[in-house]
Amino acid sequence: MPEAAVEGDEDNLPGELDLDGPSAPPRSNGALLFEEPWESRAFGLAMSLSNAGRFEWEDFRAELIKAVAAWEAAHPDHEGYRYYERWLEALQAVLASKGVVTPAETDTRARTFADRPAGHDHDHDHDHH
Amino acid sequence: MTATPHAADRPGPAQRTEALESLLLERGLIDPKVIDGLINRYVNDVGPMNGARVVAKAWSDPEYKARLMEDGTKAIGEFGFAGPQGEFIRVVENSASVHNVVVCTLCSCYPWPVLGLPPTWYKDPAYRARIVREPRTVLAEMGLALSPKTEVKVWDSSSEVRYFVLPERPAGTEQMTEEELAAIVTRDAMVGVGVVHA
Repeated sequence: MPEAAVEGDEDNLPGELDLDGPSAPPRSNGALLFEEPWESRAFGLAMSLSNAGRFEWEDFRAELIKAVAAWEAAHPDHEGYRYYERWLEALQAVLASKGVVTPAETDTRARTFADRPAGHDHDHDHDHH
Repeated sequence: MTATPHAADRPGPAQRTEALESLLLERGLIDPKVIDGLINRYVNDVGPMNGARVVAKAWSDPEYKARLMEDGTKAIGEFGFAGPQGEFIRVVENSASVHNVVVCTLCSCYPWPVLGLPPTWYKDPAYRARIVREPRTVLAEMGLALSPKTEVKVWDSSSEVRYFVLPERPAGTEQMTEEELAAIVTRDAMVGVGVVHA
């Protein structure tokens, strides 16, 4: 529900902490760690590949810092920031730098998914349960 | 309709993530079950309840507290809490006169073994920029009004050192067991955007 992510923003001055929306600080230990399922997959992919030695975590972190800084420079009011989008960019960048997968390959594959008929029931081409 | 690609044609993050996973799977570089396990671990098993046990022990056992202040990672490891983002944890102690609060100004460095993954607000550009410039105002917005006499220290976590706040033990908890104490320690108090209430 991307719409929900911007709801209430008009009540906040630019840069003000969003106290009621999705970036609101929870005051208990309960936390929504991932707002959408793909965010958890992107997290797990980075962890798994780093654990397997495909890249050093520090190299990933350097790409994450770059991706965050580039987004912030391009969006001075910080409206619409989505952390895991920057995370995914960083993951794609580090995989490209190691020659594992290029962003173009990923985009091409993603377009074939995007071209699936609406309502298509998440049919991976592998038997992932 | 035009066939010319433009920014709007770029697949969204959900599709790119799915595409990336399928390419990596084809190349034998990942095992989806391992990824499921990692997600499950960080959603369900690693979280602030770990840090709360560390804090409760530090409040109850002066010798443990001394070890914790000396070498955070090592003392936290006594509980078996270790792993990624836990290599260089430094504990900073709140007192009646000093309040510590933690941020990662560049990205999202956070002591995973004791707090799990950071909440959304910790990664937000507004928190990361403003807690450094105007910590008292931001803390007040988050529900923590500090006395003007309290010194506020802001610690910037990085890959070299990740900070963890040892909150002040609240009055009226002298009779509580370690287990009871652990139950009142919140994540926000261990990041320094809150305090522990009895």
